Amino acid sequence: MWQPGKVLLLAVFSGIFLITGFLDSISAGERVSVPVIPKALAKAEKGHAELMRRNHMDLMIHKRDKTVHEGIRNKKYSLKACISCHAVLGKDKKPVSVASPKHFCRTCHDYVAVKVDCFQCHTSKPPTTVNLGPGSASFLSKKIQEYLR
Amino acid sequence: METKFIYRQLQGDEKKYYFLLCLVGLVVLIGAISAYYMETNGHHVTGMNNHVVWGMPHVFAIFLIIAASGALNVASISSVFGKTLYKPLARLSGLLSIALLVGGLVVLVLDLGRPDRLIVAMTTYNFKSIFAWNIYLYTGFLAIVVIYLWMMLERRMNHLTKTVGIVAFIWRLALTTGTGSIFGFLVARQSYDAAVFAPLFIAMSLSLGLAVFIVILAIASAADNRPLGAYIVTNLGKLLGIFVAAVLYFVLVQHLTNLYATEHHGVELFILLEGGIYTGLFWVVQITIGGILPLFLLLYPRLGNVKLNIYLAAGCVIIGSFAQLYVIIIGGQAYPLVLFPGMEVTSSFFDGVVRSYSPSLPEILLGIGGVSVAVLIIMIGLKALRFLPTSLEDSTTDPDFESVT
Amino acid sequence: MMDKNVGALDDTGTARRKFLAGIAGAAGLSIAPGVALFSFAEAKDKTGPVSSKVRWGMLIDTLKCADGCNDCVSACFKENGIGSTGRPDTDPQWIRKIEIRNPKTDREISLPMMCQHCADPPCVDVCPTGASFKRADGIVLVDKHTCIGCRYCMMACPYQARSFVHENLTNQKTDVPRGKGTVESCTLCVHRVDKGGTPACAEACSDTAGKAILFGDLNDPKSEISKRVGKFASHQVRSDLGLDPGVRYRGI
Repeated sequence: MWQPGKVLLLAVFSGIFLITGFLDSISAGERVSVPVIPKALAKAEKGHAELMRRNHMDLMIHKRDKTVHEGIRNKKYSLKACISCHAVLGKDKKPVSVASPKHFCRTCHDYVAVKVDCFQCHTSKPPTTVNLGPGSASFLSKKIQEYLR
Repeated sequence: METKFIYRQLQGDEKKYYFLLCLVGLVVLIGAISAYYMETNGHHVTGMNNHVVWGMPHVFAIFLIIAASGALNVASISSVFGKTLYKPLARLSGLLSIALLVGGLVVLVLDLGRPDRLIVAMTTYNFKSIFAWNIYLYTGFLAIVVIYLWMMLERRMNHLTKTVGIVAFIWRLALTTGTGSIFGFLVARQSYDAAVFAPLFIAMSLSLGLAVFIVILAIASAADNRPLGAYIVTNLGKLLGIFVAAVLYFVLVQHLTNLYATEHHGVELFILLEGGIYTGLFWVVQITIGGILPLFLLLYPRLGNVKLNIYLAAGCVIIGSFAQLYVIIIGGQAYPLVLFPGMEVTSSFFDGVVRSYSPSLPEILLGIGGVSVAVLIIMIGLKALRFLPTSLEDSTTDPDFESVT
Repeated sequence: MMDKNVGALDDTGTARRKFLAGIAGAAGLSIAPGVALFSFAEAKDKTGPVSSKVRWGMLIDTLKCADGCNDCVSACFKENGIGSTGRPDTDPQWIRKIEIRNPKTDREISLPMMCQHCADPPCVDVCPTGASFKRADGIVLVDKHTCIGCRYCMMACPYQARSFVHENLTNQKTDVPRGKGTVESCTLCVHRVDKGGTPACAEACSDTAGKAILFGDLNDPKSEISKRVGKFASHQVRSDLGLDPGVRYRGI
């Protein structure tokens, strides 16, 4: 029943799988660079980053139902607010859209290869209600902060 | 004398079989590519627009779904109504039913604006919508027919065939009623909003399903050199004749009732007289080729006994049913909505005018892809499992058979 | 053993009370910021869930609607970011002007037609996923997150109010998300209404054209619209269907 030849073959294949898998996992960080998540434009409340890292998908689903079905539009429920605070400026000092890999959502989502279809319908840039002039990086963050307060 | 039928997988020329299988697979692939093209570019690449929102894919899908429901009829007649003549055909009937339904559902799902949201469609329901019920009716039907086939194929379970057959029969009626009600429940449109759509679709399923069954039985038997006697074919033919008559009856009732009501004169004039292609399809293809001609071929005594006539009639019924669905689905949408009865209206959104639609290539390819999915399943099923009886000669099927010698 | 238990019971009596007090305090502390935030939010944006105390509607006076004027349509397109691709068959149109002529009397009028925001909408009935829904305040919307693009609601609408997005869209307006493969229709400018504003078409008509579109709360007896529908005869289009639309027309 346990023929030595077949056992050896099994052991060799298992060994190949296990060893390559192990090597793969410890070297993953060198093959694909871990994303550098851009800093937000305003300071958030304590624990925001940790909360969002784990829960942003569920929170967004819950909040979107509140907005669409119940009409609750304050800033805690607004995608507009998230996008404004997390706007990333491009070379022209204007916020990039999701077409650019520098977009906040894409930095992480490209890495984990999870496609988001939010931006098929939602615009990925903050509302253009602020005037962007010279030195607009700090200007923008102050304006955004005022907008969010 | 109780004849024991032997069922066997396809035994014919393997090379020819695999060549044909690859060809059908290629057509399925082309259909998949069309679906991808439609989804990536958006529906503007199709002929469907804001006024004729359902087009060729839906004609194909409903065609296949109705055929699936009707194809099971042969099995139902033997299991539920005890007609032993059709018992050897019951297994094939089940296979066809599953194959055609899967093909239809594939086309329906791939035409959605957001097919990536299928999971949403399968988890979020609004049960006032007949569409939501249909999702359960269609998938439930697949499960029931699988169990039905299991009862027929496994000897130990044969005693349960009748019970499962009754469940399948009732489920089938619910499914077809649900499909007809998709149109029957629409109050907005002049061409729909009629209770007759449910029984009309049931009659259509009986006639179309049987026609498809006859054609596939003939092709499979010929391809695998299995004798197909005239006795069983002529009996199927007579049955088909009755079903075609039933469809014509419901069409007559639908249009006569509409003609009586003055408010529907506009839409009736459109379909019956002034609708251009829709009128042509209605009278020439649906009524003449799909109705009157098969009736002659099937029920006229001297014609109805020739196998070839029955195959021809089945082919005509298939073409006629396709045209009928085209007229119902697309013709029904082409006629404008009546917002202000009795008034002449014009707008930038095509109010008051007959809406235009011309089928585009991606839509047609998607529909044909769905048909090919059904054919693929049938071919694989016949090759893998014992669905087809080895012989349906008159000596085995005809209880009054007397050999010539 | 017994003593220990009795002693333990005594101890946990006070310990339990202290624990409960602590928990209550912690719960109060954790809820308090939320309550405070909520009340701040209420005070600032006046947003809580919409209720059926309000029923938004429109009264359109066709006698004041000018033939050939398209101000409402242009305003809607601008507000909602609706563009034209040069394909009129598939381009969305949330509001359109209809010219009506009575062949028996030769009387001609024109009026804007959009989603009628029915109280009993057939589009809501037929949607398989429930994406087409009626909000508590009467506005009928499409939840694009749930819409699968089956277009059954487009078949069901008696007013041909719904459009399907037939192509990829970019540069949507921030407050009006729209995307390929979903169905859309007039939202009664819900993003404006929720902040206390009026729909763009009503605003545009009042500004430049004939003041034909009046927007308001049909449930509020003191609103302008309620007073007018109480005073002048107005009709709903296809009222025979029993859908009770929120849009009423004068002069048809």
